[in-house]
This record gives sequence, structure tokens and C-alpha cells, in this order.
Amino acid sequence: MPVDCKLSIFRTSLPANWKMGKQNESSFHGLHSEWKSWRKLLVLLCILGGLAVGSIRFPLNFDGKDRVSDSCEGELVRHFNVSKSQLHALASLYSDSEKIASLECTKELGPGPSTTDRISCAMKLMCSKKQELMDEDETALQNSISDASSALVSMLVDNTLQTSATVVYAYASGMMERCWWMQASKEFPSVVYGYVFGTMKRCWWILAGVGCLCLSVNLIPLTTWWKKQFLTVFFCGGIALSFYTFWSGSREFHSRREETLASMCDERARMLQDQFNVSMNHVHALAILVSTFHHGKNPSAIDQKTFGEYAERTSFERPLTSGVAYALKVVHSEREQFEKQHGWRIKKMESDDQALVQDCIPEKLDPAPVQDEYAPVIFSQESVAHIVSIDMMSGKEDRENILRARASGKGVLTSPFKLLKSNNLGVVLTFAVYNVPLSPHATSEQRIEATVGYLGASYDVPSLVEKLLHQLASRQTIVVNVYDTTNASAPILMYGTDVAEDMSLFRASNLDFGDPMRKHEMHCRFKQKPPEPTSAIDSSTVILAIVLLVSYICNAAINKIEKVEEEFREMTQLKVRAEAADVAKSQFLATVSHEIRTPMNGVLGMLQMLMDTELNDKQIDYAETAHRSGTELISLINEVLDHAKIESGRLELEAVPFELRPVLDNVFSLFSGKSSEKGIELAIYVSDQVPQVVIGDPGRFRQIITNLVGNSVKFTHDKGHIFVSVHLADEVTISPVEVQDPVLKLSFGLAQDTSSKPYNTLSGSLVVNRWKSWEHFKILDRVDIGDSSTIRLLVTVEDTGVGIPVDAQSRIFTPFMQADSSTSRMYGGTGIGLSISKRLVDLMGGEIGFVSECDVGSTFSFTVCLRKGELSSLDAKGQHCDATPVEFRGSKALVIDQKCIRAEVTRYHLERLGISVHIASTLKAACCFLSGGVTSGASAPVGLSMILIDKDVWDEEKDVSVHRFLRDPSGNGIVEFEADLPKIILLATAIAPDERHELKLAGLIDDVLMKPLRLGGLMVCLQEALGSGKKSRVRRKKPTNLQNLLRGKHILVVDDNVVNRRVAQGALERYGAIVTCVCSGRAAVELLEPPHKFDACFMDRHMPEMDGFEATRHIRARETQINEQLASGEVSIEKYGNKPCWHTPIMAITADVIQATSEECRKCGMDDFVAKPFKEEQLYNAVARFFESSGQSG
Amino acid sequence: MDVLSQLRHQLADYTNSLHRDGFLDDQFSQLQQLQDESSPDFAMEVVSLFFEDCQKLVTNMARALELQAVDFKQVDSSVHQLKGSSSSVGAARIKNLCVAFKTCCDSQNRDGCMRCLQEVNRECVLLKNKLQTLFRLEQQIISAGGSIPM
Repeated sequence: MPVDCKLSIFRTSLPANWKMGKQNESSFHGLHSEWKSWRKLLVLLCILGGLAVGSIRFPLNFDGKDRVSDSCEGELVRHFNVSKSQLHALASLYSDSEKIASLECTKELGPGPSTTDRISCAMKLMCSKKQELMDEDETALQNSISDASSALVSMLVDNTLQTSATVVYAYASGMMERCWWMQASKEFPSVVYGYVFGTMKRCWWILAGVGCLCLSVNLIPLTTWWKKQFLTVFFCGGIALSFYTFWSGSREFHSRREETLASMCDERARMLQDQFNVSMNHVHALAILVSTFHHGKNPSAIDQKTFGEYAERTSFERPLTSGVAYALKVVHSEREQFEKQHGWRIKKMESDDQALVQDCIPEKLDPAPVQDEYAPVIFSQESVAHIVSIDMMSGKEDRENILRARASGKGVLTSPFKLLKSNNLGVVLTFAVYNVPLSPHATSEQRIEATVGYLGASYDVPSLVEKLLHQLASRQTIVVNVYDTTNASAPILMYGTDVAEDMSLFRASNLDFGDPMRKHEMHCRFKQKPPEPTSAIDSSTVILAIVLLVSYICNAAINKIEKVEEEFREMTQLKVRAEAADVAKSQFLATVSHEIRTPMNGVLGMLQMLMDTELNDKQIDYAETAHRSGTELISLINEVLDHAKIESGRLELEAVPFELRPVLDNVFSLFSGKSSEKGIELAIYVSDQVPQVVIGDPGRFRQIITNLVGNSVKFTHDKGHIFVSVHLADEVTISPVEVQDPVLKLSFGLAQDTSSKPYNTLSGSLVVNRWKSWEHFKILDRVDIGDSSTIRLLVTVEDTGVGIPVDAQSRIFTPFMQADSSTSRMYGGTGIGLSISKRLVDLMGGEIGFVSECDVGSTFSFTVCLRKGELSSLDAKGQHCDATPVEFRGSKALVIDQKCIRAEVTRYHLERLGISVHIASTLKAACCFLSGGVTSGASAPVGLSMILIDKDVWDEEKDVSVHRFLRDPSGNGIVEFEADLPKIILLATAIAPDERHELKLAGLIDDVLMKPLRLGGLMVCLQEALGSGKKSRVRRKKPTNLQNLLRGKHILVVDDNVVNRRVAQGALERYGAIVTCVCSGRAAVELLEPPHKFDACFMDRHMPEMDGFEATRHIRARETQINEQLASGEVSIEKYGNKPCWHTPIMAITADVIQATSEECRKCGMDDFVAKPFKEEQLYNAVARFFESSGQSG
Repeated sequence: MDVLSQLRHQLADYTNSLHRDGFLDDQFSQLQQLQDESSPDFAMEVVSLFFEDCQKLVTNMARALELQAVDFKQVDSSVHQLKGSSSSVGAARIKNLCVAFKTCCDSQNRDGCMRCLQEVNRECVLLKNKLQTLFRLEQQIISAGGSIPM
């Protein structure tokens, strides 16, 4: 059926859109608008359907009307049945619609009985999810509520959509099907059209009503109350229409019946009249015959015998007459002569109304009494020969007849009377016979004068009518009565019975038998009672059914819509509340975090000071623990704040150029202490494909790596390593076999071959296959060459820790979710780090993934999208960060390490310093290399300035001679130019101080370099070993350091508070700084106008007139301007104190030390901030960044 | 027991009592630590600066609060200043009072402000007296030929 296939299309297309809706479900309004557009679409469909039907209907009205009207009944019934079945289909369609909707809903969830079930099931799902989350945190709870509500609302909306769609569709498809059906049936198109739009022409109104209803339900934003009113009106109207249809249908039926009866009756009357007239004409002709041959001839040509014979033989011409006779006009004076002439006496009729009695014997009759005139019968048809000699004038009826006939000259009729012979009613027709032809205008006296005789004929009316009715069809259906109504008050029944079943319908037709004096009527009735007007009943029933059906559908739809709207409103309210709660939560979090931080700073400061006082060991331990906990708490609060910020979308990423490698070095310096305590090896490797400078948010990038490395350090015990490597994502998109990068190559080789032990990893421990950690990254599949300035970094953090249990792997990125609750007991932490990392990675347009095996380790990988930066794009502030010294450039080094990866890491660090590296995997190989170099002409080893030996290799080789060989490859034992010999440096993760001392004393090595390798450390070590650098900077006690840092520095203190100013001045002067104080931002701006002598500036945030931020912006703007001028050479560098670039470090002094403030500080160009009042350590940390490097360079 | 050690003892006791009663906090100790040969009167200098500042601010606030339409913003900024300087000096009680004062300002509570102001004034006088005693003790120690223990 077309309906089915259409329906299946509908089924398939709807879920598709539904899914689409699901994708958009996060955006609530998007969904709402989609629902609106859907409604429009539906209405459009409805209108289109209506138009299509209408377009078929209208042409039909023009060319199919004639054919329509005469549709045969059988056909009607047939098509009526079809329509009924269609209606059934329509009804079942709607009842199915619920099922359809639920089917679609449950398509993903499996079988479910109804939509509400599905919703409740979804609710349950949400609830269970909610509960899960509730255990963890209310943050997530709020999210899930808002998620759930939006999902629920969208689902509900979808649901109604489907229901109403199905309703309208059912209607439309019903119409469409009818159209298709019509087109398909080419044999009876007109019949079908006729049926659909002829018998159901009132249905058209219903369809219009349905259209309006659909329109009102779907499109017009009426209130439900109005919709219901509309529906009620429609319903009542439909019922009324149905009754009207019935009434008008039955009326039509009756009128048609009446018409039929009238036409039948008239037809019969006309025929009867015709027959009678024909018969009368013959009688007339006979009269003329008599006048011609009897009176016109002398002697007469006719005698009784001739007349009788002739009349008998021509009786076929007068089939209705029982007999004819001719009476002669005889006046009384001629009676005797006449009687003599004929040999019989004129006899009198026995009674008045038995004129033509057959069985009477004329001889027995009395002679006629004396009268003026007689009309004795002289000729008669043989059938009525007995009336010969009877005086017609003696019968009352006949006499009247005769008198009228001769006066009018026309045939006249008697009133009906009973014919003796047949016992039927009959009439006698009488014609006068004149002896002279008379003009049509002759007067009655002339006629009477000219009369010579009378011709009469008796008619048997019942047999006449009987015969006639026999000739006509459908004589069974009607009852015919013929009356003589000459006396209107007492009509005489001439034919038929008075019995008729149906007395309701009656038709009287006039009969004209040519006698103006006599009136006859034919009365017709139907024999049977009228049949029920089935067509009217049927069509009204159909209309009623349609109205009921549509009303039900619409009512259901309206109810559903109302329900859904109600729920929608509820959900919206819930959503608003949830969102408000979310906002409140975020605000609460932020506020609380701020508020906690301030007192925590106090706690920490006090603890710090407490630790500086005289305490016993126990007290120190307590204080330290408290301090550590406080620090952790602060970092946790920062994380929570970060999380809340990311969640609310308020976190904005910076886009500043920064150097990637120093950032990584910095991260590692954080963990070096902890890792060496645990004996874990830390290593970092950056592929040479990765550009020096990238543009992005260094702080957040660092945060991600810190989080990952922190986790790794936390979960790795005693053995193994943590290895961070940075590659371009493009490096791994190519097939592993073609990988150029040695570290990647090695790790791939390792994944292929895990049999060899110790494993060829950084520390020799087994690791998981890192290639798997980025297996699912979509970003790697995407090849967008478009923007060449965008680089995608792939950072991998590999550890040999405890690993993550498989069942916990799925929720590892959920906030506040650790692998299991015992983890937090064992390792501490909140489990928010990974979640923050994931969100940060998302923000940076990357992906994060991991692979982990219990007791083997985990490898986390993430990608970030950064832009390629230029070295020159680093601003003045950053320039000192990575002042790679050129002193090692071109040097050569030999690295002896059996672990290829570790060797590569070392090579990476050395190459950063511009040192070319040769790698030997064992000491022996190194020896070979060294001696080979010697023998082959001293090309390679000469210029070899250092040998770096890993401690593992060193320890493995117990033979001291080998060690000695390294020291003196030529083997002559004479150390001639010590400076020229390569320096031997031992690389160690952990080494006991005495062992180190011993080795140094033995002269076997020059220095020990502690891992993890960092550029700074490596540089200092090499500088020391090679003696090329400045004096090594040994870590001294901080305050001394602070004194060193600040001594002789010109420092500007800007504060409006005189006390604060004095205190700051005092504090700074204590460390040897030369302090200048000003009390306003404006003064500071003036003083810091280049050239100036200040090395740094401490500035209060809150100042009247011009606050710290404002002043800083002014200063920075001025500096940038001058820097540009200097760079372009507009002004001479001498004028500005020979400084190529001006950037005065400005530090904010602030009382509220919160993250937001620090960000704000940085945003407006400040370099850092210190808390008020000054604390030594904090001050040191703040200024060290600036003065350390400047002290280094100058 | 000689005079000097007695004085020292007295000073230590007195300082402790000040700390104990919450008049001073560690910041004051830090201030004291900051004075050395180059600036022997650093603490006193700062403290006198503080009291000058204090007096000025109190006068300002009193004037502002007497007006018909109190400019709470101005009062607030004065309180903020006072809070900053008191925390710099280590005058803990005044600092704490300032916090309460600020709350009153924020809620535009004039009576509360007046009350706070009076309390601040009283605390200032009290602290001034206490510190004068303290410095006198120190002076006595120095004039006795001793040095102030830090």
C-alpha cells in the first residue's frame, strides 16, 4: 500500500531528525526552534495535502459532474465499503501512532511498551547517574541535573512532535491514499471521484474543519483553552452537519420518490387517455358510417345483419368497447309507423342503470311509455344484439347522454355503472348521427334538428386500465385507481381498490376522455412502504465517524501538547533553577576559594615563622607537616578554582610566544627533588622537529605537564623512570616504520619486541606501548595542511608506576575520581588534576589519551594545537630566560650509555648547547672509538671535549683500567695538557656524597651531573668542568642570596600609604637596595620614564588618582614606544643608557594574594606580585627571577 | 641582677604581654628586626609615622562621618589605608578593628562606623601609650649601655 511505504519513509526519516535533535540537545533553544520548524513543516505538509486533494477535486467538479450524478447504486456501495476500510485504516493508524513513537524512542534502548516508560527509564538512568555523581561531588550533580533536564525536555518535545506528526500524517496520508487510489483505478475514475466528492460533498467541510483544527493545534499560538473551545465548536458543528446531512438526504430521497410517482402516474394517465381517444375516434367513424350508408342511401345499405357483422369484425379497432349499437331518433308521431315498419314495439329499459343488460330478453320488456321522442336501437353489434328495439331514451343516464350528444355534436360519456355481463364498471359513449353535414359552428338547435340517430358504445373501464397496466413495466410498484370526479364531493371509483400500504404518497392525474362534462382522475400510490434512505444514513454516519475520529485525535493531540508544554515549562523552570544553582555554586566556589586563601596565607606565613623559631625536632616535624598540608590545601583550592573557571567557560587562554624547552626544564626542576628521593629517573626529550618558540599559553601548557608528571611521580615507586617526550603530531601520523625520530623509533621497536631483558627503555623497566596511547586520537587522522603556522604537539609522559586498573580507566578523567578510593588514602590528592588537564587540552584544541597496565606503568599522551612562533617574537622579558651560551658550540662529546633512549636524551640536551655527540653503548666501544680515533689520525677524538658516562655503565665495569683508559686514551700516563683532554662527567640519578668525593679524588672523573638533565644544570656543570664559565653559583642560604641580589640595586617603591612605604623601604634597604619612594602612580610613571636608573619597581595596587595597574600600563606603553624607536634606529641607543631594550620589572604589592589578582597583574604588564607585608622568602622568589639573570649576564 | 638585665627582662616581658594581648603581631617583630646599625630607630620611626597617619585618618573619618550625607566611599578608603598601615606596623588589634569597620562601611551603617571610629581612636591612644613605654624601655636599655635583644 502506498500508505505503508510512505509510513516507512516517515519512520526512517523521523529518527534521523530525532538523532539530530539529540546532538543538539545541549543547546536547549536550538532544540526549541527545531521543534518550531518541525511544526511549521507539519502544517505545510497538511496544507500541501489539502491542496493536492483540492487540485484533484476542482477539475473534477467541471468535467465529472454529469457523470457523477448518475452513479449506479452497486458501485456506490462498493466504494462506500472502500471508504470505510480507509477510515478503519486511518483509525488504526492513529492508534498505532503511539506504538510507532515508542518504537522509535526505544530503538536505541531496546523494546519498551510506551513512550512514558521510555522517559521514566531515561529518568531512571539519569537518576542512577546522578547518584553516582552525588557520591563524588555536587558540582557534577548540578551538571547532570541540567543535562538531564535538557535531555528530558528534548525527549518530550520529540515525543509530542512524533505524536502530532503521526496524527497529521495519518490524516494527510489518508487523503493521499485516496488520491493514489483514484489515479490507480483508471476504469472507474469518474465513479470513484463521484463517490468521494459527490456523496461526501459535505465531508469537504469536515476536511476544511480538520485543516483549520490542525492549523490551530499546530501553528497558531493559541492557548490550550482556546484550542479546546475550537475543538468543541468543531465537534458540535460536525455533529450538526451530520444530522443536517441525514435530514437533507432523506428529504431528497422523498422528493425523488414523489417525482417518480408523479411521472409514472402521469404516464399511465396519458396512455389511458390516448387509448380511450383512439377507441372513441373509431366509434365516431362508425357513427359517420351509419349516417353515410344508412341515412345517406335510400334504400338503406345497412340492415341489422350488415351492421352486426361489420361491428363484430371491426371490434379489434375498439378493443375496449364491449359493444356498439345504433338507435334511431323517432318522434312519437312516427312511432306507430316505425313499429310497423320494423315489426316490433319500442320497448322500455328495465331500469335506469342497466341499459346494456345482456341476459334480459327484450320480448319480456314492457313497451316504452309514451314520450315525445324515442331512441330505439335498430342496429347493434352481435355481442349486444339483445338491446335491439330498446328505447335508449327511457334510461335516465342514456337519455341525458343522448340529449347532450346531439346538442354538442361530440362524444359524451355516462357516469360509470355496473355492466351486468362482466359485473365490471363501465361507461357508455354516445355519438349523435346527423342527416346533414353541419358546420363546426352550428348551434345546438340546428344540431338537434339535424339529428337522425345515436350511436353508443359501452366501455369496460377496469379491463381497459388492466390491459394498459399490463403493457407497462413496474406495475408491481404502484397502485392505480381511476375515479370519476364529475361530482367532486363523491367521486366514483372506476378501477382499483382503496387498499394501499403506503398512504403517505399520493398523486392524482387528470384524465380527459373528450367529454367536457365529465371529469376523471387517476390516483397513484406506491404499493410498498418507502425503503430506508440508506445513502443519507450512510453518509451522515461517515461524517459522524470522521468528526468523532478527528475530534478524538485532536483532543488527544491537544492534551498531549498541553501535557508536554506543562512539562516543558516545568523543565524550563528546573533548568533555570539548575543554572542558577550552578552559577551560585561557581560563585560560591570562587568566593570561598578566595576567602580561604587569605587566612591560609596567614596560616602558612605563621607556620613559616614558627619554623624559624627555636623548636625541638618534634615541633619542627609538626610545623612542617602543617605547612605542607597548608601548601597542598592552597594548591587544591587553586585547582578547584581553575576547574570552576574552566567549567563556567571563563578561563581564557593566553597566546604569547614562549620557548617550549625551558618550560619543560622548569617542570622537571620542580620534581627533581622528589624523584631523586624515590630513585626514579626523570628524562625529557624534545624532537628536533619541534620549533624553538611556539605561541600559546605557557602557564596552562606547563600545568598540564606538571599534572601528568606529578601523577607519574606520585604513582611510581623506587624503580623505573618517568620520561616526557615532545614530538610533532605529524611525526607519528606516518607509518611507524618510516619514523625518523630515534626515540619514537626505539619505542616502536620496543613495542614490537618485548622479549629482550632488560628492556630497552630509559631505565630498563618494562613500559606500556606508547603508540597505543594516541591510537584513538582523531587529530592524527586529520591531515590539514591548510595552516602551516599551526603546529600540533604530541606530548607523551611515560612512567613505570603502578598503573591504572582496567575498570577504573573509563572514569579517570572524571573530576574528583581516582582509580579507586583507596588511592587517595595511599597517595593523597583529589583526582581533579587529570580532569583539569583534559579540559585544558580540550581548550587547546587537542586530545588526551592513555594506555596503562597494572604493575607495568602508564603512558599518557596529549596533543595541543599551538602556533609556530619566531625567536624574535619573544619580548624583552623572555629574552633572558634561555640565553643559550655560545661557548660550547662546536664542541664534541662522547656519551657512553647502554640505554639507547637515555643516550638520545643526553644527546638532545647536549645538542641544545650546540655540542655534537657521539654515542657509544658500552665502555669498550667507547674505548674503541677513542683509540680508533687515535690510530686513525686523531681526527675524531681530537677536539673531543667531554665524555659523559652514565653511572650504570660506570658501575657495571669494575675494571678500573678501563676507567683509566678513558682518562688517558693514549695510555702514556703523562697528562701533558690537562685542559685539552676530554673531561669525564658521570651522569647519575642518585649518588652518595662520599662516593662522589672519592671518585673525584681518584681523578677518574671531573664532575658528577645529577639527573634529570636540565639545560641550566648541564650548562653550569659543563662550565665548571671545562672552566670556561664564570664562577659557579653554589646555592647559598637564601637571605644572603637576597642580599646579594638586591645589593646596590635601585628600587622604586610606590605606595600611597606612608607606613607601608616606610616598611617596604626598610625591608628592601636591609638587603642593601637603594630605595626611592614615591607616593603616587603618576610620580612613578615620571620616574620610570627611560632612561632611568631603577632596576625594579614595587607598586601598590590601590592608590588614589592613578592605581598600580594604570601606572604600569602607562609605563609599559612608554617602554614599548621607546623600544620600537630604538629598534628602528630612530633614536640613538646612547641616549637611553646603552640599553637596547627597556623593561623594568614591576611587582605589585597587594594584600589579597589570590590567583585572579596575579592574573590581573600579569595582564596589565606587571611581572609578578608580592604579598603585603613583605616576607623574606616571597620577596626572594619574586626578585630572584629578575636579578638572577641580570646578575648572570652583567 | 644588674639593672641592664632587669631592664631587658622587663622589656621582654612587656613585649610578650603586648603580643599576648594582641596589640602587636609578628609584623612588629619583623620591623624590629629590620633596624640595625644603619637605621637604629627604624621601628620607632615607622611607628611614629603610623600614628601620624592614624591621627590624620581618624580626623578625616570623623569629619566625614559628621556630615549629613556621609561619603562612605571616602570613609572606606580611609579605613583601607588604616588597615594597610596597621598591618604593616603589626598593630593587630587596630587591624582587626578595621575589618569590622569596613563591614560597617559596606553596610553603610553610620552608627556602627561611629562606634568603630571611637574604638579605633581609643586603640590608637592605647597602643601609642604601650609603644611609648616599650620604646622608653628600649631607650633605657641603650642608655644603660646595652643593646636591644632581637
